[in-house]
Amino acid sequence: MMMDSALMLDVDAIRAQFPILGRELHDGKPLVYLDNAATTQTPEPVLEAWNDYFRRYNANIHRGLHTLADEATAAFEQARDTVREFLNAARVEEIIFTRGTTEAINLVANTWGRANLREGDEVMISAMEHHSNIVPWQMLATSLGITVKVIPVDQRGVLDMQAYQALFTERTRLVAVTHVSNALGTINPIREMADIAHDHGALILVDGAQAVAHARVDVTEMDVDFYAFSGHKIYGPTGIGALYGRYELLDAMPPWQGGGEMISRVSFDDGTTFAAPPHKFEAGTPAIAEAVALDRAIRWLTSLHFDLVSDWEQRLLTHATERMQSIDGLSIIGQAPEKCGVISFVVEGAHSQDIGLLIDQFGVAIRTGHHCAQPLLRSFGLDATCRASFGVYNTLEEVDAFVDALERVLAMVR
Amino acid sequence: MNTEHAQQELVDEFSMFDNWMDRYQYLIDMGKLLPEFPEHLKTSETRIEGCQSNVWIHDRLEDGVLYFDAASDAAIVSGLIAVLMRIYNGRTPQEISATSPAFMEELGLDKHLSPTRSNGLHAMLNHIYHTAKNAG
Repeated sequence: MMMDSALMLDVDAIRAQFPILGRELHDGKPLVYLDNAATTQTPEPVLEAWNDYFRRYNANIHRGLHTLADEATAAFEQARDTVREFLNAARVEEIIFTRGTTEAINLVANTWGRANLREGDEVMISAMEHHSNIVPWQMLATSLGITVKVIPVDQRGVLDMQAYQALFTERTRLVAVTHVSNALGTINPIREMADIAHDHGALILVDGAQAVAHARVDVTEMDVDFYAFSGHKIYGPTGIGALYGRYELLDAMPPWQGGGEMISRVSFDDGTTFAAPPHKFEAGTPAIAEAVALDRAIRWLTSLHFDLVSDWEQRLLTHATERMQSIDGLSIIGQAPEKCGVISFVVEGAHSQDIGLLIDQFGVAIRTGHHCAQPLLRSFGLDATCRASFGVYNTLEEVDAFVDALERVLAMVR
Repeated sequence: MNTEHAQQELVDEFSMFDNWMDRYQYLIDMGKLLPEFPEHLKTSETRIEGCQSNVWIHDRLEDGVLYFDAASDAAIVSGLIAVLMRIYNGRTPQEISATSPAFMEELGLDKHLSPTRSNGLHAMLNHIYHTAKNAG
């Protein structure tokens, strides 16, 4: 931690910007929101940006000649540039708005994948992927006859990098891997993995859903080919996310969905030609208000100084880990040395569902279940864990309230 | 005891508690007293899908009366099963069909009935009513 108070995060001031954090549940228990890996809450400036859009300049974008359409278009395209800057992408055309990470991955699978993969080609994923970075590739395996290979994870929840290298063959075309595990919190060495993938002539796609809120992401520095994230995990709204793709790749990729916005010219006689990226991949009216709000969320988060955000969240994680380790029968699932955001755990003699239901009665929101990572949990011999996940507005007192509530819950069920 | 009496008895028992913790504790303790569910009946046919915990329910009709065995590996769902068994186990299909699950509200347990809670209670109740309808 930095000791200079001028460089400390003012968590109280941050909390004050989140109206929802003032809620009380179940007979006046203050909400302790520790489900940030599923969805982060929304600060006032983002709510205001959303409201302002509908109050002042709601209009369909592009091609409109009236003032509102012009303003909405400018705001939407400004949001694209905010995402570009946020990810440190070279060109604004490299940012495609999607409904979220899932749609971004499906877009790559269905455009780049279908255009470039042939029977017998290999896509490599890891054992710690979210279902959204497993199923699209399995669907391609079924329809194209490609093979999906899986990088194993050790008992700490760390990717086996030797196995990763050994899995490459001349048919490996793409590595699709998560930046941060949603179920374990493991931070994967993306730069190193990208270098290895490129050495083998493969591309790399990174699922950044769990990374973007916790650490600075730089697609240029990491040298990744595709990077996807979701707005609602970064203090923005649901229904919006973005895909970064290297321009040469996007330019060569066929469109996915057809419709308005994505064409250059439509003709019954001479055929239809498509727009250039990014619009080629944005058929139909996009989520304009969501993009505007995402823009505001990114600017809000980056104004806090990422190093301070990361330091604070590490402190929350460390404090939670220390306190939870003293609970009899509790095992923390995922003990990678490089970890952020989440703490996943199981307790002997207590079902995760019971813990989730009962701790809710104390006002504490955590998530229980398979976290859309069933293969990963199975590799730990589990079908569910409890997961507490942190945001920048969480406090050490909330961590204590959570652990205290957990102890009381365990006394009830065990 | 008919189903109305069984329901009233449960409502009386649960009304003894003035806070949620005691009510849940009572529910959990009820679950712990459920009869053992035979291992060989834990099959894909008896398993209720879509729950965070494993839930099994098995029914048999004897002399016009429906008997249910059910179990879960989670404590609260086991308690909810115990509550359901007090009402629905050993009844005729007609009795079951004539019984409304509204008593759950009086027990303060109705929030567990929501299909979005994905704890299997909703599916279990559907199974019970469906079985009764088919047997009736």
